[in-house]
Amino acid sequence: MRFRIIVLAKQVPDTRNVGKDAMKADGTVNRAALPAIFNPEDLHALEQALSIKDKLPHAEVILLTMGPFRAAEIIREAMYRGADRGYLITDRKFAGSDTLATSYALSLAVKKLAPYHLVISGRQAIDGDTAQVGPQTAEKLGIPQITYAEEILSVDAKKIIVKRRLEMGVEVVNSTLPAAITVHGSAPVCRQRVAKLLMKYKHARTVTELQNETKDYTELYNDRPYLLIEEWTAEDLNAQSEMLGLSGSPTKVKKIENVVFQHKDSKVMGSSDKEIEGLMQELIGSHIIG
Amino acid sequence: MNNIFVYCEVSEEGSIADVSLELLSKGKKLAGDLKVKLEAVVLGYKVKNLETLLYPFGVDVIHYADDERLFPYTTLPHASIILDLFGKEKPEIALFGATSIGRDIAPRVASALRCGLTADCTSLEIGDHFENKTQTEYKNLLYQIRPAFGGNIIATIINPETRPQMATVREGVMKKEIFSNKFKGKLQKIDAKSILKDDDFAVTIIERHIEKSKIDIKNSQVIIAGGYGVGSKENFDLLFQLADILGAQVGASRAAVDAGFVEHERQVGQTGVTVRPKLYIACGISGAVQHRAGMDQSAQIISINTDISAPINNIADYTIVGNVADIIPKMIKYYKKNSK
Repeated sequence: MRFRIIVLAKQVPDTRNVGKDAMKADGTVNRAALPAIFNPEDLHALEQALSIKDKLPHAEVILLTMGPFRAAEIIREAMYRGADRGYLITDRKFAGSDTLATSYALSLAVKKLAPYHLVISGRQAIDGDTAQVGPQTAEKLGIPQITYAEEILSVDAKKIIVKRRLEMGVEVVNSTLPAAITVHGSAPVCRQRVAKLLMKYKHARTVTELQNETKDYTELYNDRPYLLIEEWTAEDLNAQSEMLGLSGSPTKVKKIENVVFQHKDSKVMGSSDKEIEGLMQELIGSHIIG
Repeated sequence: MNNIFVYCEVSEEGSIADVSLELLSKGKKLAGDLKVKLEAVVLGYKVKNLETLLYPFGVDVIHYADDERLFPYTTLPHASIILDLFGKEKPEIALFGATSIGRDIAPRVASALRCGLTADCTSLEIGDHFENKTQTEYKNLLYQIRPAFGGNIIATIINPETRPQMATVREGVMKKEIFSNKFKGKLQKIDAKSILKDDDFAVTIIERHIEKSKIDIKNSQVIIAGGYGVGSKENFDLLFQLADILGAQVGASRAAVDAGFVEHERQVGQTGVTVRPKLYIACGISGAVQHRAGMDQSAQIISINTDISAPINNIADYTIVGNVADIIPKMIKYYKKNSK
């Protein structure tokens, strides 16, 4: 049996470049208005998976992502870097999912890929910073979780040894398999694309993407079935619809406020020697410093 | 209505972590608003001064499991005991520290209970909600308030239907406040042995190197913080020089940490440390809401920025318009000249 590693990854809006139309009226994110990137810590997770594959030749790395059609981009990106294949979980029914509904859908997809040995994801995604989906998916799968992983020290068919990066130091833990691991940003960065893989997978497409292609790829895909990225809907996962999307999400957004700045009476000053000296004298005089 | 539960972390010294005491302080206020009791959950081994430490925070009941397998923390045994306890007690609200422990256990528990969880709240309040779709009125919900989405918005999250309403809060966000030194609650022992199963020990700790972080910006009276605008690691050295002579600590924005200018331990803000110093000097920090959430309670704020319209200037007492690399050496020079 192959050693199966499932990497959970998310395509996220680049929150460093947020415009005014970033939010919809219902308080959810308007993803279409933002540049989309491979969530940074999920790339660290991919690297951990690929480095296991380096050591265990019979290992396979499968990328699993949930999102809109364009999220297939990160599956291709993972394949260019060494993942064997990927699946896109996509359905309108998933829209508005909070972490609980997301982990429900992800756990169903992971179960569809059983038997597996490891489920690896980034610790958290930059659009929410919750760090909840990893542990919640682990719980739904009924497997142990190792969060804040920095390095996988050793792995075989039965167990894994992982170094964790905590606030106050490090911890080395041993776990039975299968297990879920969330990878911390202090882990090694992901390797770059491999030219050979880029050539091999550059025509990899989902069914939806193929329908939008003007060229007919039928022949190519008959020759190279590995180019087809499978899409899974809620129905493919046998998901209960009340557990999905907004209805499956116990957290509701009551209110969104744009940030309003409380205006203090700020004294604006220049940087001349005289002004800086005056300020330092004032701070010393009022015993704030010195 | 049922009670408020706070999961209390056991510190390396065998006492209760500060973040948990802060949550108990907040929990007591929320319990007052709701007219319910405050209950603490402590899972550890030979925890010191448990009752004398916790009762002054107004804890009505301490649920205590004393078992050597519960310290150091591992996920599954703690989760099993909490699930057993919550199953019986059905808390209205459950609060956890947003630490590497709280952020590990809370989602696991929330998933098993299928209830809502909000991470890294910067404020918790009690309020009502009217759901237009179903024309349902909800009284006394927990408003879980947090910046979201790159700090461009502040979101109020509620869990109308599921209980407990769960939230995590970072250390330093809530204030640690004694309720009454005379307050007495009761201790309720949890029989860990009857709950824990072999499967709960799938993960074992082989080795631990825990060191108290040498960087303690939380308790510093003066903080010199740098942002992306500081420009380089070398320019950050100037901040360290000023901090040295002022007996201050150096803090940073997330952008500066991400750029590799300084260690992550120095990050101030929603996903870093929350500070309330006497003086906060923000150097080249634009002032995203997540950053301000971690420092806007500072007594005095000085902003040094080339951009006069930087958002941070709106909460600053003084705005010095100019370059960090010019101004810090001047501050050092005139501090030395004017102090004794």
